Amino acid sequence: MLADQDRIFTNIYGWEPFSLDAAKQRGDWDNTKDILAKGRDWIINEMKTSGLRGRGGAGFPTGMKWSFMPKESDGRPHYLVINADESEPGTCKDRDILRHEPHKLLEGALIAGFAMGAHRAYIYMRGEFFNEGSTINRAIKEAYEAGLLGKNAAGSGWDFDVVLHRGAGAYICGEETALIESIEGKKGQPRNKPPFPAGAGLYSCPTTVNNVETIAVAPTIMRRGGSWFAGIGKDEKNTGTKLFCISGHVNHRCNVEEEMGIPLKELIEKHAGGIRGGWDNLLAIIPGGSSTPLLPKHICDTVTMDFDALRAVQSGLGTAGVIVMDKSTDVVSAIARLTHFYMHESCGQCTPCREGTGWLYRIMQRMAIGNATLEEIDMLLDLTKEIEGHTICAHGDASAWPIQGLFRHFRPEVEKRIMEYRKDIKAA
Amino acid sequence: MPKLKINNTEIEVPAGTSILQAAEMLGYEIPRFCYHDKLSVPANCRMCLVEVKGAPKPVASCAMACGENMEVVTDSPMITKARHGVMEMMLINHPLDCPICDQGGECDLQDQAYGYGFDRSRYGEDKRAKKDPDMGPLIKTVMTRCIQCTRCVRFSEEIAGVSCLGMLNRGEDAEITTFVEKAIDSELSGNLVDVCPVGALTNKPYAFTARPWELRKTESIDVHDAVGANIRIDARGNEVMRVLPRLNEDVNEEWLADKSRYAIDGLKKARLDVPYIRDEQSGSLRSATWDDALSKVAEKLSTTSSSKIAAMVGALCDAESILALKDLMLSLGVQNLDCRTDGTLFDVSKRCGYIMNSGISGIEDADAILLIGTNPRHEAPLVNARIRKNWLAKRTKVALIGEQKDLTYPYVYIGAGPDSLNADHSFFETLKSAEKPMIIVGQGAFLRPDGEAVHAALYDFATKMGVVGDGWNGFNVLQGNASRVGALDLGFVPQGTGLNAYGILTASQKDELDVVYLLGVDEFNVEASLGGNTFVIYQGHHGDQGAVRADIVLPGSAYTEKDGLYVNTEGRVQIAKKAVSAPGEAREDWKIIRALSEKVGKTLPYDSLHQLRSRLVKEFPHFGKIGEAVSADWKAFGVAGEVRKHPFHSPIDNYYMTNSISRLSPTMAKCTAEFVTKKQAAIAAEAAE
Repeated sequence: MLADQDRIFTNIYGWEPFSLDAAKQRGDWDNTKDILAKGRDWIINEMKTSGLRGRGGAGFPTGMKWSFMPKESDGRPHYLVINADESEPGTCKDRDILRHEPHKLLEGALIAGFAMGAHRAYIYMRGEFFNEGSTINRAIKEAYEAGLLGKNAAGSGWDFDVVLHRGAGAYICGEETALIESIEGKKGQPRNKPPFPAGAGLYSCPTTVNNVETIAVAPTIMRRGGSWFAGIGKDEKNTGTKLFCISGHVNHRCNVEEEMGIPLKELIEKHAGGIRGGWDNLLAIIPGGSSTPLLPKHICDTVTMDFDALRAVQSGLGTAGVIVMDKSTDVVSAIARLTHFYMHESCGQCTPCREGTGWLYRIMQRMAIGNATLEEIDMLLDLTKEIEGHTICAHGDASAWPIQGLFRHFRPEVEKRIMEYRKDIKAA
Repeated sequence: MPKLKINNTEIEVPAGTSILQAAEMLGYEIPRFCYHDKLSVPANCRMCLVEVKGAPKPVASCAMACGENMEVVTDSPMITKARHGVMEMMLINHPLDCPICDQGGECDLQDQAYGYGFDRSRYGEDKRAKKDPDMGPLIKTVMTRCIQCTRCVRFSEEIAGVSCLGMLNRGEDAEITTFVEKAIDSELSGNLVDVCPVGALTNKPYAFTARPWELRKTESIDVHDAVGANIRIDARGNEVMRVLPRLNEDVNEEWLADKSRYAIDGLKKARLDVPYIRDEQSGSLRSATWDDALSKVAEKLSTTSSSKIAAMVGALCDAESILALKDLMLSLGVQNLDCRTDGTLFDVSKRCGYIMNSGISGIEDADAILLIGTNPRHEAPLVNARIRKNWLAKRTKVALIGEQKDLTYPYVYIGAGPDSLNADHSFFETLKSAEKPMIIVGQGAFLRPDGEAVHAALYDFATKMGVVGDGWNGFNVLQGNASRVGALDLGFVPQGTGLNAYGILTASQKDELDVVYLLGVDEFNVEASLGGNTFVIYQGHHGDQGAVRADIVLPGSAYTEKDGLYVNTEGRVQIAKKAVSAPGEAREDWKIIRALSEKVGKTLPYDSLHQLRSRLVKEFPHFGKIGEAVSADWKAFGVAGEVRKHPFHSPIDNYYMTNSISRLSPTMAKCTAEFVTKKQAAIAAEAAE
């Protein structure tokens, strides 16, 4: 379990004000100038040492991502874009950072921006986060007034601006290239890669898109050292602390900062007060936000919450949005509801995702009540394979995985439902 | 120059080449819907997936550039399965209504479905349907068939330069539509039909009239403007059903302007199919035999003094008939010849002064462009598209002297008239310092009594701006019609002290001319412009301005009905082919003149088209270089004189009606009502408020 002195987000519950004064008391903006004075290479190196992996879901090593930015500008400006479009069902960690720890984010933006030669950061805020946007705006204003942002930010000699950009509430705008399109004022549709944003991103300039949590932990890593961060966690590939969002059928739904690689059972028992009706009442858990395949109880008993362990059980850490379902749950309907979400949020560019998500949804709706044939199960799985990996962005994959997870572990449940439905029809 | 292996065949390609293009070089066809080589690459149809060794997922070959040592497989079982999947998804909401779809037989989706489709559908849910937006008189929409490839959106935004189409909504509700229910106001809208891979956008006037396999295809040349776009005429029986563009990168790329594509229904209206002679008593035209008509013409020509005869050629004439008419007139000693029937005046003696010296494709190289007295969007939409292409690629500075119109790209407005050439404007510095400066002069610059002086002023200006240099000639005249450069090359201009077009009309009104021979002249109001006592012989194919006033009408052939040579505004000689026969007793134009020459007793020395062309090439060798833009030496042109301050006016008010064919086309009438009359009414209403 994570020791209190190793916590990065000391105000994640909002027990103290988010204001600059309070944030400074918690250690934010403490001699940021000295960190920047150590130079770009030192910062990126420290980031690499820390082993921090992107907190947005894909888990790409952050230090390496930052190092992809060109060392010298070819005349084009560099941009840092902070992805605050947190829309993954089951995930609400960024929201609390934006609410209660905005200065960690702003300080992180300055450090990250400096490390990649950017003079400007855009915070792309989810449309629904109205109050959070206001909070960030106030924090930005405070920081400007205190000279921490703007010309000669924090006395470092580096000019740095932060701009808040509000989205309009489309899930797909959390995909980094769709987010860039959206900032440019276009319809949020993912771009083809390559070119990757580090080569040609926002306004065709070198850009790095990072999750809010990734940026917000950067200042603490710089202060306490990459090796401190790397010392926490399960192994050298799954390091540091992580915000977990626990929702569903637990006694205390919560956001909690914990060590990477904590056993799932321990996480829930310790911080969420256990499953409603005890651990044995558990049916399944979606471990990393709605797009990751669910895990049945027997896997949840032992699995640890980190990128590689969850991948090994054919799921993923994703955004660490833990959705707990106890035995009262109609798991087929639950997944069917998720397929509706993915149909609704498909941008409509790629054929498989545009057409396929609707097809999946309609079949799942029928399966939820059993109005289907047994052969359709295999057809459905075949369809998920037709979508998965054949689209520009990962939305197609995300729409396929929950269904694959369902049938991997609960196929008999669906078959039973189909047979019962037939029996009822015959009886009627 | 990356080297890679595609299906185990090694190939070296220029950097930036996509896998799809490289595979095509090797002859491997990769199916695609959204990819179009003239448009940007969205890679959204996902049909062109290929396997690249080392990549975790199949890769969209249209968007992935070739890399060094890449190993690509285009037809592995994994890829075939992926494409089958994409095809299945594409078809679930596509209505399988091929039997009643106009695209049937030439549909990309239909063709690919043979390769990658199933023989039955696994889709048991309800199908989706879409509302059809009204896109005006040219494009028929059945949006339920749309596969959201967005080619049309990209075409209208990138090539046509009008932001009127877009994809609304998202996911399976995504639909292509006009943002506000509005017809597509572009002179290139017909190309949307060509780029659409399915039957969502189809040719409205052609709807339900023919199947592609019934059509006889003839490769020919378009005559509705001076671009000389390469076209394919699709005919069934003796009827032209439709016209499609043909690929020619130097001229029209693969686009075609709307008038060229849609005015063809005018070919069936008000055709002259028998000779007519004006009845002296009743004053009306009555049909006659060829023999009577030709004898009467011959009698008139041989009994009239040659100084009192004049001949003019109109906008749509082929080079052969122009030469035949010139030969005949010269043999009669007639000097009053002219081809500038639209009223323009300029120096006709120097070829470099009336052609587009850089060529149309040269526009892409220019790094500063000055438009003078022209609205290229209406005078030559394909030239305008080239200027836009250049601007889109390089953000080239464009400036304009003349009428301010929406040209689909931004430009600097310098002034309205010729005095702006001497203005102190910063753009002139840009032009001077440009490596490849370009001036495009439209007919509006010459459509004035001081046209020849303007021509001279333009020569001075071009010299001052350094528009002509080593290996670059950026002085371009955009001609207004298809026959003009050919007629000028053949010297169908005032001979010696002969009268020009202005002079002919004035002389006729003063009763100083007795006979006027009009070869397809419909560019002005003949009835009002010629004197009442002048005997008018009209040879042409439509009962338009000329035939109405004529005393004798000789029915000729339209451009689809004869073999002929046309020289476009670049000086490029191109062959048009006969696709159908002329109606009734109408004949090919050079044959009529040849027959007439016999009656007059001055038999022309050619009995076949071959002999006529031999003479043409012998006298004017560049006519032998078919398909080539023959350049001209740079010499001083123009006639020094006083240039008046009057502003330039574009000769075209209504793009859709500029010649005898388009004026009689019902489709062009609908376009006029939709795009011109409505706009004029709106402007008038605004002015009234």
